[in-house]
Amino acid sequence: MPNFLDFEKPIVELEAKIEELRHLSDGGDINIADEMIRLKAKVDWMLRQTYEQLDPWQKVQVARHPGRPHFSDYVAALVENFTPLAGDRAYAEDRAMIGGLGRFRGYSVVIIGNEKGADTESRVRHNFGMARPEGYRKARRLMRLADQFGLPVITLVDTSGAYPGIGAEERGQAEAIARCVETCLEIRVPFVSAIIGEGGSGGAIALAAADKVLMLEHAIYSVISPEGCASILWRNGDHAQEAAEALKLTAQNMQSLGIIDAVVSEPLGGAHREPAKAIAAVGEAIEAALHDLKGLDGGVLRARRREKFLKMEGKGLS
Amino acid sequence: MNWLTNFVRPKLRALVHKAELPDNLWVKCPACEQMIFHRDLDANHHVCQHCDHHLRLGAKGRFEMLFDDGAYQRIELPNSIIDPLKFRDRRRYTERLKEAQNRTGEPDAMVVAHGRMGGMAVVIAVLDFSFLGGSMGITVGGALLAAARLAVLQKAPLIVVPASGGARMQEGVLSLMQLPRTIIAVEEVKEAGLPYIVVLSDPTTGGVSASFAMLGDIAIAEPGAIIGFAGARVIEETIREKLPEGFQRAEYLLEHGMVDMVVHRRQLRDTLIRILDLLRSPTPPAGRPAPPQVEPETPARGTGAGNAGARKSRRR
Repeated sequence: MPNFLDFEKPIVELEAKIEELRHLSDGGDINIADEMIRLKAKVDWMLRQTYEQLDPWQKVQVARHPGRPHFSDYVAALVENFTPLAGDRAYAEDRAMIGGLGRFRGYSVVIIGNEKGADTESRVRHNFGMARPEGYRKARRLMRLADQFGLPVITLVDTSGAYPGIGAEERGQAEAIARCVETCLEIRVPFVSAIIGEGGSGGAIALAAADKVLMLEHAIYSVISPEGCASILWRNGDHAQEAAEALKLTAQNMQSLGIIDAVVSEPLGGAHREPAKAIAAVGEAIEAALHDLKGLDGGVLRARRREKFLKMEGKGLS
Repeated sequence: MNWLTNFVRPKLRALVHKAELPDNLWVKCPACEQMIFHRDLDANHHVCQHCDHHLRLGAKGRFEMLFDDGAYQRIELPNSIIDPLKFRDRRRYTERLKEAQNRTGEPDAMVVAHGRMGGMAVVIAVLDFSFLGGSMGITVGGALLAAARLAVLQKAPLIVVPASGGARMQEGVLSLMQLPRTIIAVEEVKEAGLPYIVVLSDPTTGGVSASFAMLGDIAIAEPGAIIGFAGARVIEETIREKLPEGFQRAEYLLEHGMVDMVVHRRQLRDTLIRILDLLRSPTPPAGRPAPPQVEPETPARGTGAGNAGARKSRRR
């Protein structure tokens, strides 16, 4: 495993030991085989122990793990005939925001999401998943396209936030996000959103004002990054860990706050250990959500979606 | 005791008071650094008489300046849940909240009133920077929703004057949810066919600019106001470049096509009245003499007559 998080170190060391034993056991030594089984069980136990009790700051690390599946991985595994559509028709194509037509479990859909990239080159190309106004305007255009042809919309959210840059500000970053949210709340087609990694602030809600919002078990959703929050409220970015606690940004918090509809379980040890399993689980959950929304009148969908967000006032909290 | 109460205490008082008096009566302009007498400041709606810099103006000042004869009625705002996350940074959120309430005498950052402007009924909501940086939490979201619904009920335009650093971090993701919530609020006003006008004042940034503040049918900005999504420091740290002159200022946004106009506070009320009148009274007033009929010189052909007819009917 090329990438591991600090708190995963004992597990990774144990796995390295198993790997070593595997090489030794080529001779077929029965004692070594027994030892390997024992150690593997221990790894599983440690993973379960660790991942059941991740603290919010550890969740932030997992949600940002570079080995976690990204938008393109989901699309490759879940969507047939994906046909990417480019551009905002005003200024540029923003590769931090990918979207297009495709077939998901038999449904023809519009699928849109943030792409972070998988290596240095693609990360730069996708601007680390931080969209500029063109990205939000493209998303808006595609949602309207879906509306026009009665296609369900699926969004996959994975962004640390909207890009803070000179050009982005000059071209109306705030306005682009506001209009994108407005369009989320306007369309008369089924709309399912899944937060698969980082749900960073305005850049995330721009895609997530949906009928059903799903969230992976170790994903995060927040009004500001823990680092940003710490540097403002504690006047020191080093307090990010405390800020992560205070912000209540885990999927479990989101469910008890009534912000999301379902938490999607991740494979043991997080989505980055078994991406295919995580992707399949998200696929199942999206399909189930679409099934629930199928057949509802567009006007009803829209009215219910609005009603849901109007009620986001923290009522019903214990 | 006598010596202490009769001699020492007055001396101490005098010392303290000497230091306090100029602070209360004189305000230093943050732009030109000249001193402004408080009465002049109030009379000038918090615009510096030396350099025209627009200082921040609270809810009360805004209402008195905008409504006819400074007469208005405030509305009671819905109560919301307090401190849903039990948030604590270096201090408890409840403490910060209480302190802001005591200092401002307001329950939260948004204040809503209705009254008349140029004789027309209007609802005005002010997001006041002096209350926790004008940050938007659940209560502010609820206040804007109440303002929007009052406007729809009264068939009145909604004018919003934001001054805010953005979403209220202490309410976490629930403050993020106020983005869609406030956007639905202004949609309700627009769907009722009523004008929604935003007066962007200093500063309007973050989650407030990324929601209701940037969706005005008409966007007016106050001179010199900082308006944007990301803070200047964050941008500088991300791109490691110096920001251009006047970046994120109202005039810069006007130049980049992001606002309709930059209006001096002195002209704000008249401008708003003029816009509302143009939007709300599209036909000539009753009693205006009919326009003279122009007889066509040549016999009218089919298309020409049709056009004239269409023009006439549009006037009606």
